[in-house]
Amino acid sequence: MSTTDTSSSVARGTLRLVSRETQVKEWLLASVFFACAFVAVLAVALIFAFVGWKAWPIFSEVGISEFLFGRVWASSEELYGILPLIQGSFVVTLGALVIGTPLAVGTAVFLSEIASPGVRAVVRPAVELLAGIPSVVYGFFGVVVVRPIVGDLTGGIGFGPLTAWVILAIMIVPTIAALSEDALRSIPMGIREASYAMGATTWQTIRKVVVPAAKIGIIDAIILGMGRAIGETMAVLMLVGNAPQFFAGIGQPISTLTSQIVMDMGYSTGTHRTALFGMAAILFLISMGLVLTVRLVSRLRD
Amino acid sequence: MTDAAGATPPVATEAGAAAPAAERGPGEAHRHHVHAAVGETKVHVQGLNFWYGDFNALTDITVDIKSRAVTAFIGPSGCGKSTFLRCMNRMNDLIPGTRVEGTMLLDGADIYGPGVDPVDLRRRVGMIFQQPNPFPQSIYDNVAYGPRLQGLKRKADLDAIVEESLRRANLWKEVKDILGRGGLTLSGGQQQRLCIARVLAVQPEVLLMDEPCSAIDPTSVQKIEDLMAEIKDEVTIVIVTHNMQQAARVSDFTAFFLQEVAGEPAVLVEYGRTSEIFTSPSDKRTEDYITGRFG
Amino acid sequence: MEKRIANNIAVGVLWVAAGITVAVLGAIILYVLVNGVRVLSPEFIVTRPHGVNAEGGIGPTIVSTMYVTGLAMLICAPVAVLAAVYLAEYAHQGRVVNVIRFAADSLASVPSIVMGLFGFALFVEAMGIGLSMLSAALALALLMLPIVMRATEEAIRAVPRYIRWGSYGMGATKWQTVSRVVLPAAAPRIITGIVLATGRAVGETAVVFYTMGQAINIPITPLDSGRPMTVHLYLLAVDGINLPAAYGTALLLMIMILGFNLSARWILKRYRKV
Repeated sequence: MSTTDTSSSVARGTLRLVSRETQVKEWLLASVFFACAFVAVLAVALIFAFVGWKAWPIFSEVGISEFLFGRVWASSEELYGILPLIQGSFVVTLGALVIGTPLAVGTAVFLSEIASPGVRAVVRPAVELLAGIPSVVYGFFGVVVVRPIVGDLTGGIGFGPLTAWVILAIMIVPTIAALSEDALRSIPMGIREASYAMGATTWQTIRKVVVPAAKIGIIDAIILGMGRAIGETMAVLMLVGNAPQFFAGIGQPISTLTSQIVMDMGYSTGTHRTALFGMAAILFLISMGLVLTVRLVSRLRD
Repeated sequence: MTDAAGATPPVATEAGAAAPAAERGPGEAHRHHVHAAVGETKVHVQGLNFWYGDFNALTDITVDIKSRAVTAFIGPSGCGKSTFLRCMNRMNDLIPGTRVEGTMLLDGADIYGPGVDPVDLRRRVGMIFQQPNPFPQSIYDNVAYGPRLQGLKRKADLDAIVEESLRRANLWKEVKDILGRGGLTLSGGQQQRLCIARVLAVQPEVLLMDEPCSAIDPTSVQKIEDLMAEIKDEVTIVIVTHNMQQAARVSDFTAFFLQEVAGEPAVLVEYGRTSEIFTSPSDKRTEDYITGRFG
Repeated sequence: MEKRIANNIAVGVLWVAAGITVAVLGAIILYVLVNGVRVLSPEFIVTRPHGVNAEGGIGPTIVSTMYVTGLAMLICAPVAVLAAVYLAEYAHQGRVVNVIRFAADSLASVPSIVMGLFGFALFVEAMGIGLSMLSAALALALLMLPIVMRATEEAIRAVPRYIRWGSYGMGATKWQTVSRVVLPAAAPRIITGIVLATGRAVGETAVVFYTMGQAINIPITPLDSGRPMTVHLYLLAVDGINLPAAYGTALLLMIMILGFNLSARWILKRYRKV
């Protein structure tokens, strides 16, 4: 037992210390990665700063309430009230949501609860492809196919909310469907089995168990679909008719924040241009607000 | 140089309870391999405590791991034997919020000493995991991974190391014609031997094996046990196993870990020559476990 | 029995919803195909538009589109991948990571017209790059950034932890583990994400509208302006001057997007190992 304390008798090795070089190298790498990640933050800050900076005169010279609640947009008369455009954006968005949400959520439920693997292998890529079609192609399709039909129905040339609703509804389907399906699929299988075991039909299980359990995720999906609709530019621009007036019927031309920016950007100067940047700033704030809402809603779940 | 006869008695058990003294009888037959002498202390552990956050997972572990020998850690699941194993090459550093207190020396040098490079330590103290984990690359690239990390580039050198390592891991014959194939195409047992070859390629001094045979086929288990016997002269092996027959077959020393009350830290109950532990354990709890009364 | 009937009706309705979704896609593709295929010819692809009715081909717009999306991809991919490496491997969860994630989500939701105006204000005017491939590519890169970041982060997180241990357990540093094991294992999914994001950039209109210009010319240097296919299609469609060319452009755009989608799927299927 005399040599129980062996540590001293075998103390002959050494361990290499972390070299200065390694430390510096790892630190540098971590810094580079952090800088890359920070680009996202920087970009948002820059968008905020630049759009805000360019928009500032419209708020300081014309005034926020004059700008937001002014009822007339007529750049030739230097009237920059965007209330009709805000209304137009919401009219277009809400109509698209009303048509698109049932279609999208229905498709999502179908994909996660009903479709066999074979059917799913067709529908799922179709939804993804729908997301990939450029908005200008949607707009073009709306102009040449949907517009004439709507024109016949409403007795006009077919530019207006209804045409935009139809196309925009299709455009938000992939966003809402994909995110809703994720939410539905994250519901554990056991919950469904418990329902079936009690003699519930597929539909009862969907309505009473699966959809309620995925509710928050589906709401998130709809909010993000709303964001897509409100920010959509080209398709809306090509379909709403671009008359900056209040909503007067589903076949009457209106205008939106996004479409009016494109209409005017080419020739605007001075205050007019700052008004366009002001509209962009408001769109930016709306979209950030929606992201924030999604975060808050998601937090409710946890 | 310490005395060549080696075999200073293993430091024993919890709370400094006296070790069963001098057990140097060299005549003890180990089933596969009869050894003249085990080496000196490779890893010395004194009063080691380990925390996950606030949870004290291991307390007051004192043990000397001998070189040129296989040491087995046994005990019921959740008794901290894997945690302790992972302390020996600082793998636990990768988990945020873990903390180690006490002494742990590799060849007398403090593993947790200030400024010690855990990366270099892990090269010297390699590790095999329960789940075979080949990289999704070719068999060749898997084994060449370590040498390449150290800057080895020459094809001929790499070829030699790859072959040598695969031979030592008892896998060469099976894969010598398919070195370019993906490591994940092998069977589970072959994957585990590939992982052993991969570690041996960096020539570690200590090989930690965390239940390496619990997820693989019996043939591969046999091959792994054989290779352990073959390489233990060069590599000190520590194996965690919940298979007591395996511990009895392959190890020279055995340490029995136990967490007696859930939520309390685990302790090292008894440590000694495998033959002793399995035939005449000095602690009642060890005896109960070995005879299958719990766990 | 009533229960059964209600169930059958409801399931039928869900079939219809999914059916409509697929049918709409089919209708759009078919319509564009039928009308576009007549004008599609080698001449259409390589020659320049000319005359008041933009007769002839759309060659330069194809070049501009490929130029700008390629450039955007080169700018975006390294930054986005390394950013994801930071989030998945280096960052400690906490406030900083929350801020970065919120910023990425916000960036993903920025309306493209806002990104266009921003690109115009910052790259074209403030930085003086002018209407050019580079300005447009920078704005597009910002649009792609959150998409590639998310795809990469998910790909990295999908690499099992024990594979990392294998590398750490034999003395690899963090960067060695990430660069030689984790990223190669995640590569198929990362590349898929990059391809899909690039596909989105191909179809982007509002962003490039104010950052690239509309001049029909073949860009050589990154500082040249040009007119991408989407803008060309828009101008043809709203002016209604040359519908056949519009159909042809739309068809080509769809083919390109389809190509990106299919190759992304193929990469995933072919190379996915983990």
